[in-house]
Amino acid sequence: MAEPVLDLRGVSKSFGALRATDNVSLTLKPGEIHALIGPNGAGKSTLMALISGKLPPDSGSIHFRGQDISRLSVAQRARLGLGRSFQISSLIPEYSARRNVMLALQARQGHPYRFLWPVMRDRGLMDPAREVLRRVGLEGRASVPSAELSHGERRLLEIAVALALEPRAFLLDEPMAGMGTDGARRLTAFLDKLRAEAPILLVEHDMDAVFALADRVSVLAGGRIIAAGPVAEIRANAEVRRAYLGEEEGA
Amino acid sequence: MAEMRREWIVNAVLAMALLIVPLVALWINEPFYVTLATRVAILALAGVGLNLALGLGGMVSFGHAAYFGLGGYVAGIMAHHAFTGLPMWIGVTGSNQMLWIWLWAALLSGFLALIIGALSLRTSGIFFIMITLAFAQMIFYFTLSWPAYGGEDGLPIFVRNQFPGLNTMRPWDMFILSYGVLMLALVFFAMLRAARFGAALMAIRQNPDRAAAVGISPFGVKLAAFVLSGMITGLAGAMMADLTRFVSPAMIAWQMSGELIVIIILGGVGRLFGPVAGAAILVAFEVIFGGITEHWQFFLGLILLGVVLFARGGLIGLLAGRARHG
Repeated sequence: MAEPVLDLRGVSKSFGALRATDNVSLTLKPGEIHALIGPNGAGKSTLMALISGKLPPDSGSIHFRGQDISRLSVAQRARLGLGRSFQISSLIPEYSARRNVMLALQARQGHPYRFLWPVMRDRGLMDPAREVLRRVGLEGRASVPSAELSHGERRLLEIAVALALEPRAFLLDEPMAGMGTDGARRLTAFLDKLRAEAPILLVEHDMDAVFALADRVSVLAGGRIIAAGPVAEIRANAEVRRAYLGEEEGA
Repeated sequence: MAEMRREWIVNAVLAMALLIVPLVALWINEPFYVTLATRVAILALAGVGLNLALGLGGMVSFGHAAYFGLGGYVAGIMAHHAFTGLPMWIGVTGSNQMLWIWLWAALLSGFLALIIGALSLRTSGIFFIMITLAFAQMIFYFTLSWPAYGGEDGLPIFVRNQFPGLNTMRPWDMFILSYGVLMLALVFFAMLRAARFGAALMAIRQNPDRAAAVGISPFGVKLAAFVLSGMITGLAGAMMADLTRFVSPAMIAWQMSGELIVIIILGGVGRLFGPVAGAAILVAFEVIFGGITEHWQFFLGLILLGVVLFARGGLIGLLAGRARHG
């Protein structure tokens, strides 16, 4: 049994009386896609913030490749190889697609304190940036400021930035959001191959994508994991259905 | 790309104009305008410093007069001791050599910026503005109540400090020196902006969460930029003290901090030649409307309002279009 890349042990986080994350344990193993699903308000965003380092846990610990990262900053975790994408595209709006990718590359290659050499003549950034954009199919849009890209293109650029980090684990927060059927299908095929490079913790609402991609699924409701297991098992689980039905009744 | 070329033309015209105006003034024997152009160059230099923090890094420092004034006092105090021959601290005597004074002005301003930055960069938005203002006010009141170097009366510099190969008491020599330093600072700013450090800094301004998510710690990059910013503004302060041959707490007053921000906004926030354009507008207003009414700042206020409402990119934005980053 391979060591998990990412290992959450009894992680909890409260905001006042609200237990947004309640004793969550989960692992991400090499080569797998582990999907995290749950109705709105289940605590998915809080859990993502805890894993990425935006929030510190109240209790429990987060281990990444054998190291306790519970107290590290977002930037430190990213440098260790945790590559995340955001639920709502969060790019550098004035920077072109290329420069958004280059920013990730420069951070991975080392410290940002290089004061005088121009980035646009830096082959060590320009060449790999072109390659990453080609992989997601954005090579023709390299010079367009990310604020002027279409929604779907911005979603792809989110993935490209995560790819540029060459992370040891991907943390993808609703990559399919607003992609359209065609785009979602292509992205599903892309992520399917991506798991060979690094395991993916996937938060996703698109159930077709989740059931097509995931090796394992964890269901979050009320801040707790109410079910976890292989796709087929989760599909048949009554409690999961209730969690989702409950949401629809409330909506 | 066309916009990039247009900005370079605008920049070249501004650089040439700032050189030609004092040349013509010298030719028609109006040294007053040479000194005005020198004032523009030094204020622009102070603005280049602030532009690094405010324009590239989005750090709205309302206390940059602290570094400007500290630089001024370094020049004044060192010259004072060189003039009187009294030792400054344990055996250290003053100096009237600009290069030596500039080094200390920049180092001490940088050190002050390191302390103030380390404390205030933990906040952002209005809190950052108020904390930087508070620190500058502390230093302002300190100089006001410190009698050793003139207190509120200020400290005169009887003879301008010296620079090898130049007679700094001649207006043209003082101008060309200031102009040269300004151009070097602009080259430094342009290189910094195009380099990895500038890329990280501008990214943090636009989206700190994204910068952190790719592994760039916003705090360290911002602090480094803040220190460099304070150093350049401190250097400008030392030169301004030599130009006016006088330092006083007024250099540290909040109005001075405001004036530096106005320079940046009028010229164009984050634009390479923004501080040059802004300083030129400010000094021109001071001269033109200052001759008509002592309330000339009213007209400056109107222009500022116009820029904020209708021309957010300042003069450079108006002439050269929006900034693009490849």
